[in-house]
Amino acid sequence: MSSPQKEAFSAPTSISHAAQGQAPSKNLGVRYNCAQCGASFTLGKTDSIRCKECGHRVIYKARTKKMVQFEAR
Amino acid sequence: MEMRNEPKKYRYHPKPQIPPNMSDIVGIEYNRVTNTTSTDFPGHSSEENAWDLEEFKKNLQINISHLAGRSTNFDLINIDTSIANAFRRIMIAEVPSVAAETVYIYNNTSVIQDEVLAHRIGLIPLNVDPDTLQWIDPAADENERFNDANTYVMTLDVSCSKRDNVPEGTTDPKILYRNSSVYAKDLKFVPQGRQEQLFKNSPVAPCDPNILLAKLRPGQEISLRVHCILGIGSDHAKFSPVATASYRLMPVIDIKEPIVGELAKRFQKCFPSGVIEIDENGAAYVADARKDTVSREVLRHEEFEGKVKLGRKRSHFIFNVESTGAMSPLEIFLKSVRILKNKADYLRNCPIGQ
Repeated sequence: MSSPQKEAFSAPTSISHAAQGQAPSKNLGVRYNCAQCGASFTLGKTDSIRCKECGHRVIYKARTKKMVQFEAR
Repeated sequence: MEMRNEPKKYRYHPKPQIPPNMSDIVGIEYNRVTNTTSTDFPGHSSEENAWDLEEFKKNLQINISHLAGRSTNFDLINIDTSIANAFRRIMIAEVPSVAAETVYIYNNTSVIQDEVLAHRIGLIPLNVDPDTLQWIDPAADENERFNDANTYVMTLDVSCSKRDNVPEGTTDPKILYRNSSVYAKDLKFVPQGRQEQLFKNSPVAPCDPNILLAKLRPGQEISLRVHCILGIGSDHAKFSPVATASYRLMPVIDIKEPIVGELAKRFQKCFPSGVIEIDENGAAYVADARKDTVSREVLRHEEFEGKVKLGRKRSHFIFNVESTGAMSPLEIFLKSVRILKNKADYLRNCPIGQ
């Protein structure tokens, strides 16, 4: 018996808060920032975990554009 | 038996032996303060001290000695401590003013944390007349709570970037980068509804434009929205319209014996300049006791023992009020008077009291 097929990943359709930022809707991958040179880029699933500019292997996930509410107290 | 009798000696309070003209003076000794209790309420004094509005009106004096844009210094004379202190407390805690209350952060990649940044934004004094805003209804639904009559909206959108053509060897971040520092002036007013018309010529802005909020480096950005509302200082210090509101009592320097010659010069040096002057006979006299800081320096010298008596006049208050910038300090004081009056009216009409 073949195992049930995995559901393919689909990008979320409601991106209203993300759209308030700058992200062009073409590229929905997670953005990463290089810890060495600060370059911002996205990674595909087959890409090695390296900075595309300088090749550094430590990268950070960029913060989401999701709104967070705080009390000014 | 002795044990049982002991409390008796606390029951009898003999009236302090104070000369009549000194009853209004707090005595300041070398190591203690005497005669601190007010005795001028009905039933406590031998003189007629019943409350009389006409008498009070006749005696009350207000002298404004200094009035600048943000600070004032005035004397409130012949008033009870309870009333003067009520004004001070109301100015600090109950005169309403406008401050940031809710901060909606869309992005903050700076090194300063979201909640710390929100707190710093809350403490910025805003140059806006509090009378232009209505009170917020805390019971209202979150989505309907804010409208153009009770909220001012401000936004902060800054991102830092490198500058081109910077001379070699520059280390100053202000030259190297754009927006390396985020200031209060970067907050931009976004008029809502009717506010567009009302604030056409005078947008809501911080009183002090150069308050540092955060520091940025290339690639970092801050993007947020702020809702500013009306509040009072007893809720949070950011709503207090004054930086300080304080009073001190008028110093009294009583020279008991003439101080002349070389001694007079040394006596003069014990006080701030302008307090003691020397007349043509070489005798020291009090020129301006108001300038005295009551440092008690004079009481440290044996040569002046018994020659001078220091004190403070209990019914003479020297107020110092510093505004944060939204209102003039006198307006703050007048509002405190109105608030105290409203409280008294409320108490008089309170059904329980009748």
